[in-house]
Amino acid sequence: MSATQRAVPAATGTFVPRPGAAPLGRQVLAQARMEARLTLRNGEQLLLAVVIPVIVLIGGVLAADRVGLDLEATPVDVFTPGVLALAVMSTAFTSLAIATGFERRYGVIKRLGTSPLPRSGLLAGKVLALLLVEVLQVAVIAAVALALGWRPVPGADGSALGAVTGSVLAVVLGTAAFASLGLFVAGVLRAEATLAAANLVYLLLMAGGAVVLPASAYGGFGEVVGWLPSGALGGAMRDALIDGQVAWPALLVLAAWTVVGTVATARTFTWE
Amino acid sequence: MPAADPLDAPAVEVDGLVMRYGDKTAVDSLSLRVPRGSVTAVLGPNGAGKTTTLETCEGYRRPQAGTVRVLGLDPVRDRRELLPRIGVMLQGGGAWSGVRAMEMLRHVAALHAHPLDPALLSERLGLGECGRTPYRRLSGGQQQRLGLALALVGRPELVFVDEPTAGMDPAVRRSVWDLLEELRGDGVTVVLTTHYMEEAERLADLVHIIDHGRLVVSGSPLELTRGGAVSTIRLVVTRPFPPGAPESLTAALGPGTEVRLLDSLSLQVTGPADASTLARVSRWCEDNAVLPESLTLGTRTLEDVFLDLTGRELTP
Repeated sequence: MSATQRAVPAATGTFVPRPGAAPLGRQVLAQARMEARLTLRNGEQLLLAVVIPVIVLIGGVLAADRVGLDLEATPVDVFTPGVLALAVMSTAFTSLAIATGFERRYGVIKRLGTSPLPRSGLLAGKVLALLLVEVLQVAVIAAVALALGWRPVPGADGSALGAVTGSVLAVVLGTAAFASLGLFVAGVLRAEATLAAANLVYLLLMAGGAVVLPASAYGGFGEVVGWLPSGALGGAMRDALIDGQVAWPALLVLAAWTVVGTVATARTFTWE
Repeated sequence: MPAADPLDAPAVEVDGLVMRYGDKTAVDSLSLRVPRGSVTAVLGPNGAGKTTTLETCEGYRRPQAGTVRVLGLDPVRDRRELLPRIGVMLQGGGAWSGVRAMEMLRHVAALHAHPLDPALLSERLGLGECGRTPYRRLSGGQQQRLGLALALVGRPELVFVDEPTAGMDPAVRRSVWDLLEELRGDGVTVVLTTHYMEEAERLADLVHIIDHGRLVVSGSPLELTRGGAVSTIRLVVTRPFPPGAPESLTAALGPGTEVRLLDSLSLQVTGPADASTLARVSRWCEDNAVLPESLTLGTRTLEDVFLDLTGRELTP
């Protein structure tokens, strides 16, 4: 065929093909590292992830001391589990939704779509990045809380088993529920609308969603907010870290929200 | 035609591809081949179906009719097997706005088993100075070069590059051309879409011209331009041509030539551009009281080929 010149590949050339995918585990780690780094570099994300929860914690404790709120334990013991829940919500819902919305907009997901990284690997990388950021958040918030006199209470049998099991399950299921809802929002709205909606929902839930304050503080409305993912997550954290108990009903509520969010996302989400 | 030797099997085979968006047909029974080891250019105006065809080869879209095989694989069904073997340069975007250029390149390198050294590659593409610059602050040309680097870093057998030098200044464009030629030298198959004629003429072994989603013609640049012989005469006049001018000029020139009105003040004659043709054109001007402003001889370019075949300019 005259139209082609078949060049003999020079074995020494820079671009001599040698294709291949990295092992999936390495790809997922690379993706998680990249996403976590981008989150932590972004000022607004950092504000949402750490600064606001710490301000809420310090402000809440100071205000409770001054006003003399009628709480079941010391203010810092009541507020810390709720602030940890708030931090999970900010990362798994708001940050994830905004980041994913803009990734769709900027064609990042499209480009990664022709890389060896499969979609499942991309999702796994995102989840891993979320957990990584959450570990950092928990470390910072716990350090501040301890400095304010926080004493997580062991369970009735004197062991920390209930507190650890309950809080880890709450964080994991809370992350799953909020992440699935965050992806749903990012999938159906444009990037700017996602930005606005994710922040608005975060503010509404922070104020009225029984995250930081127990559902009992909302009076009759408390019955309703306990069914919200925010109220369930906050409640489960408080049951774990104040009473040393695993709050199965609240965890069930989170699991149900995860199912709702996952089904809704699977039905509507497009990667581009 | 290539023999049945599997080594000579095309890198890309598109057969009867049909793609529609609503009631608009973007690709209309398109069939084309990309030989292995070649640089093949897909040429056409905006909206001709180039990007849709490429995106179907890349597995982004499922053919609505017809078949697409890339390196012998089905881009949708065998996506996971195919993707590590190809490199894709998108027309734009594709990076986080806050990611640094080198960071992005290292990231994509880490997804591959035997990547090129990102530092070396960025040096080759002149990205050395902007390695720490966030993507959103890169110039258009730098973003393009980063996109090319991202397509190459995994050492693919086949790269798809969509408008690779759009928005680049001439010096950078030439360095990208050198790089694409080096790729061919190293045995990489390159499929490029472009509407720079110069780019296709300089780089491509094979050119497919498509228009309205159909293949108009295929061949080497030399075949398509008939050896680049002087074969066009462009006549520009001071007052609009009289009615029926193309027909009467065709009659005056005799067989073997073709006359096309470009606009009311210019026309183009295609055919043997020799002294006798020139003399006949001048005489026709005299006979018809037409005052020439300029009479230009030209070699045929791919642009002319495109114009001849479709009656339209390639670049809007």
